[in-house]
Amino acid sequence: MALTHSPEALRAEGIRKSFGSLEVLKGVDLTACKGDVIAIIGGSGSGKSTLLRCLNLLEHPTAGSLRIDGEEVGLTPDGRGHLGAASNAQIRRIRTKLAMVFQSFNLWSHMTLLENVTEVPVRVLGIPRDKATVEAMELLDRVGLADKANVYPAFLSGGQQQRGAIARALAVQPKVMLFDEPTSALDPELVGEVLKVITSLAEEGRTMILVTHEMGFARDVANHVVFLRDGLVEEQGLPAQVLGNPKSERLARFLGNVGRTSDHSTDYGRQ
Amino acid sequence: MSETNLTAAQAPVVASGRSEPTIGLWGWVILAVAFAYAGYAMRWDWLLDWYPQLIRGLGTTMLLLATTVFLGMLLAIPIGLVQVFGPRWLSIPARAFCTVIRGTPLLLQLWLLYYGLGSLFPQFPAIRDSFLWPYLRQAWPYAVLSLTLSYAAYEGEVFRGAFAGVPKGQLEAARSFGMSPWHSFRRIWFPQAFHRALPTLAGETILQLKATPLVATITVMDIYSVAAQVRQQTYLTYEPLLVISVVYIIVAMGLLKLFATLTNTRYMRAPN
Repeated sequence: MALTHSPEALRAEGIRKSFGSLEVLKGVDLTACKGDVIAIIGGSGSGKSTLLRCLNLLEHPTAGSLRIDGEEVGLTPDGRGHLGAASNAQIRRIRTKLAMVFQSFNLWSHMTLLENVTEVPVRVLGIPRDKATVEAMELLDRVGLADKANVYPAFLSGGQQQRGAIARALAVQPKVMLFDEPTSALDPELVGEVLKVITSLAEEGRTMILVTHEMGFARDVANHVVFLRDGLVEEQGLPAQVLGNPKSERLARFLGNVGRTSDHSTDYGRQ
Repeated sequence: MSETNLTAAQAPVVASGRSEPTIGLWGWVILAVAFAYAGYAMRWDWLLDWYPQLIRGLGTTMLLLATTVFLGMLLAIPIGLVQVFGPRWLSIPARAFCTVIRGTPLLLQLWLLYYGLGSLFPQFPAIRDSFLWPYLRQAWPYAVLSLTLSYAAYEGEVFRGAFAGVPKGQLEAARSFGMSPWHSFRRIWFPQAFHRALPTLAGETILQLKATPLVATITVMDIYSVAAQVRQQTYLTYEPLLVISVVYIIVAMGLLKLFATLTNTRYMRAPN
């Protein structure tokens, strides 16, 4: 990567993934050092979400290797032609270091916001409940939802749910945060509030990998942009370079297409 | 700040819809007339002799209902579960079980178990000599078994739908945060599936209550078979049947109330 001598937080090498005869990822390398904010962009079907989901083994890659926080993830054939976790205990431990924020929020709908945030710290990480509750309230306060702590997800707006999901992810004190198109399911007027929270996380030096369609946001927040096309990294580098001065014609055309539809993404700071 | 102090405006309120229908003034008048007529024109003195048996019969009915609903539910959960995500060698037998049990009359199942299995068992000395024999020679184990299987088959189908209806993304989120499959089942999948299933379970449990009189045909002394005895010995046609009808209605209303309390959750409108 272009920058930093800070320690490596995540390294994925040669990630391949096939669904049946369709090869979605054709050997992708991705390295995130501590404090990196990496934006993965690309058209639909380019494999960017699949790549993100391979990083925490929600999808089993067909080939490749993963190293998270200095620890090699044991991979073994899962009997269906893909690589699954060699050790359930290890992958569970590693997943708690890789909190994921989903496109469709995926808050647990039978739990209040506070319960959503404390569930994993208390029951997976074994943090005492009163301590976890205090921390959860601080996180909810930080994403502007302290007054909604005892509300169920169904009664929150999409933006509020996504901010709650970010608080849930922060609660496990992840080494790397994975964002899978965090604003794609939101009404345009709710995008800004979520991007603002993500920006503040980037500013405090959190390591993040984002799949996003918000080009303006990627330019402002990321320090590295990866353009995926047809399962391969077509171009990558500093945001100003990749987004401002694309080398490949395909990236230029892609940016031309999305540029017209995502103007609102530059407004997030002003709300 | 962390206290559960929702203001009225913040508190999520699920519209409870219609208020409970009441029977109204005329309803009470008609009921009063019916009771007055019944009291005047029919015979009730037999109740004095028979009420201990009736109460014992009601106890048997309730015990039968509670046991078979509980055991049936325990069976139904895995039956529903394996049909949603189990391997084929589990899901196919589960589906077959549901199809066969739901496709044949309960009375038939009861008789096949009691007269079929029940007359097969004594031919095996190993069974005759086992500690189970004192139970297997009675009728009630067959009643419990067939009612349990029946409830399990219907509820297995209900749970299949309920498990399938929980948004996949929420289970994925559980996985992505390092929850074990069991943890995710216990904390995320099952609680939501159970609440989805509850309204249907209420109706099915009342159907189960009304299926219990069938056990009278294999000599289990539930409240219906007590009423049948009363009829034989007193030559009264309607009175015993009317009494147990009222009892069944009261029990059914109690069950509805119970399930309504359980179903009263605040999050039921799923966000995705």
